[in-house]
Amino acid sequence: MGGTAWRTGVLALMLTLVPALPEAAAVGPSTALTEWPTWPEIFRVITLRDYNTRVVVIGATLLGAAAGLVGTFLLLRKRALLSDALSHATLPGIAIAFILMTLRGGEGKNFLGLITGAAIFSVLGTASVILIQRHSRLKDDAALGIVLSAYFGLGIALLGIATRMEAGNAAGLTAFIYGKTASMLFMDAVLIAATALTAAVFCILFFKEFTLICFDGEYAAAQGWPVTRLDFLMMSLAVVVTVIGLQAVGLILVVALLIISPAAARFWTHDLRRMLWLSGLFGAAAGFVGSGLSALTANLPAGAIIVLTASAVFLASMILGSARGLLKTSLERYWLKRKIARENLLRAMYEWIESCSSAQDPEACVRRAIPFEAMLARRSWTSAEVRRTFRHLAADGLVRPTPPDAYVPTTEGWEAARRVVRNHRLWEAYLIARADIAPGQVDWGADEIEHILDPEMIESLEKMLPEGPGGAFPESPHPIGPHRGDD
Amino acid sequence: MRLSFLTDTRQGNTEVDDMQTSETSARDAGRRSVDGQSDAAGTAHHGRIDADAEPPSDEPAPLSVKDLTVAYQRKPVLWDIELTLPEGRLIAVVGPNGAGKSTLIKAVLGLVPRASGQISIYGKPYETQRHLVGYVPQRESVDWDFPVNALDVVAMGFYRKIGWLRPVTRTHRRAALKELEKVGMATFAHRQISQLSGGQQQRVFLARALAQDARVYLMDEPFAGVDTATERAIIALLKDLKASGKTCVVVHHDLQTVPTYFDHVVLLNMRVVAYGSTEAVFTEENLKKTYGGRLTLLSQAFYELSKDPRLPRGKKGTSE
Repeated sequence: MGGTAWRTGVLALMLTLVPALPEAAAVGPSTALTEWPTWPEIFRVITLRDYNTRVVVIGATLLGAAAGLVGTFLLLRKRALLSDALSHATLPGIAIAFILMTLRGGEGKNFLGLITGAAIFSVLGTASVILIQRHSRLKDDAALGIVLSAYFGLGIALLGIATRMEAGNAAGLTAFIYGKTASMLFMDAVLIAATALTAAVFCILFFKEFTLICFDGEYAAAQGWPVTRLDFLMMSLAVVVTVIGLQAVGLILVVALLIISPAAARFWTHDLRRMLWLSGLFGAAAGFVGSGLSALTANLPAGAIIVLTASAVFLASMILGSARGLLKTSLERYWLKRKIARENLLRAMYEWIESCSSAQDPEACVRRAIPFEAMLARRSWTSAEVRRTFRHLAADGLVRPTPPDAYVPTTEGWEAARRVVRNHRLWEAYLIARADIAPGQVDWGADEIEHILDPEMIESLEKMLPEGPGGAFPESPHPIGPHRGDD
Repeated sequence: MRLSFLTDTRQGNTEVDDMQTSETSARDAGRRSVDGQSDAAGTAHHGRIDADAEPPSDEPAPLSVKDLTVAYQRKPVLWDIELTLPEGRLIAVVGPNGAGKSTLIKAVLGLVPRASGQISIYGKPYETQRHLVGYVPQRESVDWDFPVNALDVVAMGFYRKIGWLRPVTRTHRRAALKELEKVGMATFAHRQISQLSGGQQQRVFLARALAQDARVYLMDEPFAGVDTATERAIIALLKDLKASGKTCVVVHHDLQTVPTYFDHVVLLNMRVVAYGSTEAVFTEENLKKTYGGRLTLLSQAFYELSKDPRLPRGKKGTSE
C-alpha cells in the first residue's frame, strides 16, 4: 500500500534526520535554547520585516518549492537515492574548482566557479552510477553506495588540501557540506528564484513526457520518445536544483528536500497533477517555516530545521493523509469490520427465525425472541463480539432485549435483516449463474444489489431461487441449519 | 460452476465455427502439402508453409523481419529470424519458455539491441513507421502503484499525436473514454490503476494500444493471468481488429487455444521452426520440433483435443 512512497520516505527520513539532529543540537550556549521567541519577534519574521530575513526566507521557500516539483518525478522514476549520490559527488567538484581558482591567483570562492565545479562532478557521479549498473552485476544500492562514498571521500581529501592552501580562505567551503542559509545574499536568492522558475516551467511543459517515461519507459521508447534524453533532462533539473541548494542547506541535506515533500504528497492524492502541486507546496512550506524558525532562534542552523520541518510534514501526512494515511486506512478497516459483524448478525437472526417455524419452541418463534446462545452458536465469533454487535444494533433501534437473554428485532430491524439477506442470496445466485464474470462484479459490501446490477438481471435471479417460507423472498440456495449454514 | 461458461462459449463461438469450416478444404490441402514438403526437403525449418489459396499480394507485408539475430553477452537469444507476416490476420507466436518470444517483439520495436537484421513495416524501415505499430507490453513491466487512473493511461496512447510539450486536452480525454468503452472499462475510468484486477489492467493496456489507431499490433502475453470474461473480451476485440484489416501479432502461451483463436502461427524456439496458417503449421511434428520432444503428456492431450473434429470448437471442457 503506497509501497514506494513509504519505503523511500522512511529511508529519506532516516538518512536526513540522522545528520540533521546532531547539527541541530550543535548550538551555541545553552541560554539561547531557553529563550523562546516572543510574539512580536514571530510577527516580524513572518511579515519579513528584516532585509536579511526576507532574503533568506524567500530564498528557502522558493528552493523548497523547486525541489518539491523536481523531486516528484525523481521519486516516481525511483531515482530518489540517486540524487543523494548526486549531491555527495559535488564535493570534489567544489574542492577542485576552489583549488584551480586559487592557483590561477583569483578569488578562490567565486560562487559561479564553485557551482560549475559542483555541477560537473555531480554529472560525473550520476554517470558513474549508471555505468557501474550497466557494466557490472551490481544493483542500484551497491552502485549508489560505492559512488557516493568514493566521491565524498575524494572530496574530503581534496578539501583538506584546499584548507591548507590559504589559511582561513577555505573555511567557508564547509558551508557547502552543512549549508549556511543565514548568510544568503540577494544574488543567491535571485539565482534560487531563477532556478525555481525554470524548474516549474520545465515540469509543466514536459509533464506528459516525464509522466510517460516514469510510468512505462518501454512503451515510451516504442512510441518513439527519446527516453534517454528525457531522462537526462530530468536528471539535469535535479542537478541544477541540487547545486543551487548546496549553499542553502548543504549537500548532505539537499536530497531531503528532493524526496521528502513528494513522498509526503503521495499520501494525499492518487492523481499525479495534484501530487506535483502538493509536493511543491509542502516544499515551499518547509522552506518558509524552517527558515523562519531558524531566524527566530538565532543559533539553530536553517538547513537542518528546514529538513526537520519537511520531515514533520511527512510524518503528519503518513498518519493523516486522506488517500493513504494510516489513520484513514485503519478507520476504514474498523468500520468495515463493524459493518460485516452487523450484517452477519442480522442474517443469522433472520435465518434463525426462518428455520424455527417447525422447531422445538414455537412460542419463541412467534414472539421472534432470538436467544443469545443460539446466535453465539451460529458462527465462529466470540461471546464478546456478539454482545457488542447486539449493543450496536440496539443503539440503532434495530433490536430490543427481552428477559431470558434474548433479543427481538423491531420493525426497522426486521426490514434491515430482510434487505441484507435478500442481497446476500441474490449475490450467491449471481455467482452461480454468471460464474465467469461474477468475481469482478460481486460487491458484498454494497447496501443494495440494485446499485450494481440492473433490474432485469435481478428479476431473472429472483426467478432462479424458489419461494421461501416467508413469502415472496428468495430462499437460500443452500441448506440452513441451526448452526453455521453458510460461508 | 464451469457449466454456465461452457454453454456461453458454445453459443458465442459459432462465428469461430464458420471461420474454421470455410478453411477445412484449405486445411486438407495444407496437410497434403506439408507431407509432400517434409518428404521432399527432409527439413523445413523456416519455410513459409502457406495453405491459404490467396496469391501473394503486391502490397508490402505489414511486418517483415530479415536475418534478425539478438544476443545477450555473446549468447544468442534469437538466431537468423526470417518472417514475413500477412496482413489482416491474428498471428500467434508460440514456443517454450526462454524461446525468445518476448525478445522478438522487443527487437522488432527496437527495445533491445540487434546484433544483425532488418525490420520493415509495410516496406519501410521501422523507425519511420512507428506510428503504424501499436504495442501492448506485459503487465509486469509496469509499477501499478503509479498515481494515475485508467483514463490517464489510455490517454498515453495519444501522446505521440499530441506532440512535444502540448498538454492533454478534454478532447483527448473524451476520446480516451471511448477507447475504454470499447474494452468495457468505461465505469473504471477514474479509478486508480492499482485498484484494478489483473484482467482489468490488461484491458486498460489494450485500450491504450487501440488509441494509437495503428495498423499492426504487437501484444506480449495479453492472455496471461486474466479471468475468463476478460479473455473473451480480448478475443472479441482481436476479431474486430481483424475485421477492420489490422494485423495482430500476439505472444501466446496456451497451446490449446491456438487453433481456436488464431489463424496464423509462428513456432519459435530461438529460430523460427515454422510459420504460416494454423492448419498447415500447427502439426504434431512441428510442435515436437519446437518443444524438443518436451511436449508433456498434458500438452499432447490438449493438442489432440484441439484437433478432434468431433468436438465443437472452443470447448475447454476436460483439460483444467
